Amino acid sequence: MTQVTSGVGHHVDASTLLLEAAHVTMRFGGLTAVNDVSLNVHAGEIFGLIGPNGAGKTTFFNCLTGLYKPTSGEVRFAGAVLPPQPRLVVRAGMARTFQNIRLFHNMTALENVMVGMYSRTKTNAIDAVFRLPRHRREEKESTERARELLDFVGLTGAADMLSRNLPYGDQRRLEIARALATDPKLLLLDEPTAGMNPQETRQAEELIFKIRDLGLAVLVIEHDMRFIFNLCDRVACLVRGAVLVEGVGAVVQNDPRVIEAYIGAPAEELPAPQVGQPGANPGEGIADA
Amino acid sequence: MRVIISDQTKVQYRYPARAVGILGAVMVIVSIFLPWSYGQGALDDVGFTGAPSPLQMFVVILPVLVLVLLAIPLVGKQRLGKVAKVVAWNTSAKTASIATLVTVTIALAAIAIELKGLANVEIGGWLALIGAALAALATPFLPDSPEPTLERVKSPKWAQIVGIAVMMAAVLFAAAFALNQTDAGAFLTYLAFLVGVVLVLRQFGVMGWIGIAGANNNRVLVMSAFIVAFAFPFTQDGSDANMSIASQVLIFAAAALGLNIVVGLVGLLDLGYIAFLGAGAFTAAVLSESAFSTIDFHPPFIVTVLIAGAVSSLLGLLIGAPTLRVSGDYLAIVTLAFGEIFRITMNNLDGNDGPNVTNGSNGISGIPELNFFGFDFGEVHTILGVEIGRFANYYWLMLVVIALIIVVFMNLNYSRIGRGWVAIREDELAAEAMGVNTFALKLLAFAGGAFLAGVAGAVKAHHDVSVTPDQYVFLESAFLLAAVVLGGMGTVVGVLIGATILKLLPEKLRFFSDYRLLLFGLLMVIMMQFRPEGIIADERRQLEFHAEDEELAEEIEEELITHHAHLNPERKGFEL
Repeated sequence: MTQVTSGVGHHVDASTLLLEAAHVTMRFGGLTAVNDVSLNVHAGEIFGLIGPNGAGKTTFFNCLTGLYKPTSGEVRFAGAVLPPQPRLVVRAGMARTFQNIRLFHNMTALENVMVGMYSRTKTNAIDAVFRLPRHRREEKESTERARELLDFVGLTGAADMLSRNLPYGDQRRLEIARALATDPKLLLLDEPTAGMNPQETRQAEELIFKIRDLGLAVLVIEHDMRFIFNLCDRVACLVRGAVLVEGVGAVVQNDPRVIEAYIGAPAEELPAPQVGQPGANPGEGIADA
Repeated sequence: MRVIISDQTKVQYRYPARAVGILGAVMVIVSIFLPWSYGQGALDDVGFTGAPSPLQMFVVILPVLVLVLLAIPLVGKQRLGKVAKVVAWNTSAKTASIATLVTVTIALAAIAIELKGLANVEIGGWLALIGAALAALATPFLPDSPEPTLERVKSPKWAQIVGIAVMMAAVLFAAAFALNQTDAGAFLTYLAFLVGVVLVLRQFGVMGWIGIAGANNNRVLVMSAFIVAFAFPFTQDGSDANMSIASQVLIFAAAALGLNIVVGLVGLLDLGYIAFLGAGAFTAAVLSESAFSTIDFHPPFIVTVLIAGAVSSLLGLLIGAPTLRVSGDYLAIVTLAFGEIFRITMNNLDGNDGPNVTNGSNGISGIPELNFFGFDFGEVHTILGVEIGRFANYYWLMLVVIALIIVVFMNLNYSRIGRGWVAIREDELAAEAMGVNTFALKLLAFAGGAFLAGVAGAVKAHHDVSVTPDQYVFLESAFLLAAVVLGGMGTVVGVLIGATILKLLPEKLRFFSDYRLLLFGLLMVIMMQFRPEGIIADERRQLEFHAEDEELAEEIEEELITHHAHLNPERKGFEL
């Protein structure tokens, strides 16, 4: 794993501001999906974003990664304003996974990861057609690096498998490997444990810690409370498009407003509602508003 | 419609089925020594007793295959040894007998049509038909053999190379014989025979083995394919008619390969691709030393080719830049319109409606023959005692062009760029979110494909001697697209086959030229229904078309892991 560390690792200074989202607002017609959200993520920290369905978490993600252009507000990454174009966001050092897995299903695991390396390689059509040294060198390096990343996420031996044939949990890991291949400073994970069993969830947790240990910051959307409060240094709760609470895990966890947002206000005449598993509500599309 | 015969029935009737099948095959074999028709005007004179015609000699291979495939297992599996267990005897015998029936039926239909009436079919023909029908009815009652696993048998390298060489020689011989069939009925019969043999070999397991041998000896395969293609003019004995068809096929195939980058690799629908071929042809024509050329600048051909390619790719950029940002449907409409705009513009650049560049609908004629270092393409040269005519010269030139196009195609496909293209095809949004510059990659494919078409167009201008706007109509674009889709999107061999079929069939089957479009339309509908990935399937395309087919996905993956030869980015490509 040492090679990976040397490859991905960045110098970590926990006080460095990596991502600054300032007053981000996203409106679709009359609907305000994200309302004046300001968040800061520091280098090397794991930041959790929670909130009930439809709170605007994924929309906020899409604003950050350039899939949507925010109606107003500004997203700065490592000091510079992010252009609202996904591939430029990736170049700047921010990579994401998707809530509903969006792998390239008919490519092998290795090829999926190699696509992630696109923005960090330079082989052009001339290099490729004439098989010039740059093509050969980059192909060799990319292949090696992709294998390392597959090892890193625990997919050793799955390199030549079609990604659509991988088990569900492995597909999620592959998506993380593909995102890591873009050599990011900040990784955005959109519900990385959705649909996983407890054992897979635990493995995902370990993986995210491993990624943090490489020096990457992680911003993660999750419904699984235990998972998120185990994992995250800081947590923000998003309700109806706005940040309700932000702080360290324990503070957010015990905030009555968060409990209310998730399970509703205690009503005198009704018996106290059962605390269900909030993560058991899949099916939020990418345009989750 | 599929008649299912239960396994129990099959086991019960396996001996009578085998016996009847052998009887049928023998009947067909005997029939070629009897006359098939009364008159001599049908096929290639099948009316003699005791003297089979060349066509019959070919056709009889199919019943001989039936006979061999049915008889050899009688020796007993133990005595046959290891190899006998890895091939599919029964199922390939079934395929062979059905192919026999189809071929004989076509031959008899051709006799009946050409000599006007079934009464002209003689005893031999009927015997063949009955024998073929018997075999085709009996063999389905044989128990199914398991899938052949011949390709997994380890074979020495020399055997693999010999296998490739034998296949290539067979291809050359088959192609030469096919082109020499002047009679439409004989051509169709022969075609049915060829398809039958290929299907039987595939069923038997030989094709799988050849495929693996080819993958293991890629260089040998490619080299021998080009040697065979190069040798083809020597089989034609100076016949300009056939070489003209062959060189037209190659020009068409070159354009189809260029289109295959756009359609097959990136998945963009281009309905006006012929305009790029036309742009190349007009550029070459205007720059040539034709008396009708309107520009007083006549560079050597090698420069002309590059200019023609550049002009075409510039047009590609112009049309692509504004439209590639929007989704596929718009692109199809815009390119369709662009194709027509190109043709009309070429018509109007006649000095009346605009500057005189193309002489309007008259076009530019009298384009001189190419001349490379004193080698005049218009003259007949005698090489090794065979007369090599004008069209053979252009055929060889196009062969070189196609070789270059294939290198460009393969090397782009198996590179960072090709991976980006696949990613775009699979999920454009995810590709963009992973840092792939989707717009630039699509534009590159568009301009690159246009460049290759422009190069092919430049040769076409000299080959055709004249260039007129009405050669570049929408129908031609549709045919190019049909060649790509029919042959197999994203493959080289498939598109070469598709282009050959679409260009050769109309030339050989003049009688159906009125129904050409109807038949091709029908063919496309049937293909889309039963094999949307085309004759030769690109593995990934096949998976895309059968998204629900888990079995297929497992199968292809197993192939990947065991042979590591198909989708692996490290292996493919030509070193230059």
